[in-house]
Amino acid sequence: MLRVEDLCVARGGVPVLEGLGFSLAPGEALVLRGPNGSGKTTLLRTLAGLQPPGSGRVEMAPDSAAYAGHADGLKATLTVAENLTFWARIFGRRDIAAALEGFELEPLADRPAGALSAGQKRRLGLARLLVTGRRLWLLDEPTVSLDTGHVATFARTLRAHLAAGGAAVIATHIELGLEARVLDVAPYKARPVEEPEGYAESFL
Amino acid sequence: MIALLGRDLALAVRAGGGFGLGLAFFLIVTVLVPFGVGPEPRLLASIAPGILWLGALLACLLSLDRILALDWEDGTLDLMATAPLPMEALVSVKALAHWLTTGLPLVLAAPAMGVLLSLPAPGYLWLTLGLALGTPALSVIGTFGAALTVGLKRGGLLLSLLVLPLYVPTLIFGAEVARRGAVGLDVATPLAMLAGITCGTIALLPFASAAVLKVNLR
Repeated sequence: MLRVEDLCVARGGVPVLEGLGFSLAPGEALVLRGPNGSGKTTLLRTLAGLQPPGSGRVEMAPDSAAYAGHADGLKATLTVAENLTFWARIFGRRDIAAALEGFELEPLADRPAGALSAGQKRRLGLARLLVTGRRLWLLDEPTVSLDTGHVATFARTLRAHLAAGGAAVIATHIELGLEARVLDVAPYKARPVEEPEGYAESFL
Repeated sequence: MIALLGRDLALAVRAGGGFGLGLAFFLIVTVLVPFGVGPEPRLLASIAPGILWLGALLACLLSLDRILALDWEDGTLDLMATAPLPMEALVSVKALAHWLTTGLPLVLAAPAMGVLLSLPAPGYLWLTLGLALGTPALSVIGTFGAALTVGLKRGGLLLSLLVLPLYVPTLIFGAEVARRGAVGLDVATPLAMLAGITCGTIALLPFASAAVLKVNLR
């Protein structure tokens, strides 16, 4: 489903991670670990196609990935149901009932998204994944601001997604109770670029 | 695409959406001009086409930084970039939504503003027609500017500086249509040029906007 070979990812032109290689079959999840600033978000954005890889290859079926980053892409003046319906239609689908139910959002369906708490917004952002119908989920810190009960709900949804033949790459620091491989990105840290001898940037 | 257009229009008319801001600005500018230059009808009539076009152009400029900046801030643009909708379609729909909420009201209000500036009777048709043909170009060029400056904090002023020079041809030919129309001269040439500029920008600029947007999202 996803194959990564000798991947180098860069942030702002500076290589962050290099030599990454892994593959993901349907039903599998990969948990990314690493300290802050180690390049987990950059790696996920590269996998999502938001930025080109520095070198190496990312192979996946076209239009198979759904990305969920730190921002949930919600409009404060639209209601919960309107926000979800919008994303469902963008991905060519209609049904939002299952997504509302999956994250216990039905009681909030007619509330403007701007009036939700941080945790409720995050649940709405995660519910968006369900309406995309994409099989590969790329999740960047999905449990931020969720309470323990809803972390469990999320983990259950994730297991159901994997059981249905989906896959996920998750950057997270907490234990989700998944049978997932863990990839610590720290050993792949890119070596600092050495400047050629006698090259004086200050000259420019 | 229809979902995106519907959402943008719904956002525009809800609280804080900014619908009508450009129109109100246009109204105030046009009302202020007679205060500034005096109530002499002959003088007003001769400057009316230029003032009306300038007012429409500035009103259009006022809402440009909202086209993409809001979607960038809340992460919608990142998510749209991974959606099946191509970026070219996204920026085209954004420009269309901007025109529907800003350009079209200006076109419809322009004849009423013409009365305030004693525009001669034959000019109304040509002023409205010229604005209807020219304002889509303003929205499309503005979307290109918005794509260039998305992600910059306080990018609004830079956006204005980038976009205003690109508005010059539209302003020249648009005001020329209204001016010639008002004094009863032939308007075919400036009208054709205006329509040509609009068609050209609509055909080409979405590709440029999509390309710079992809670079800015990295």
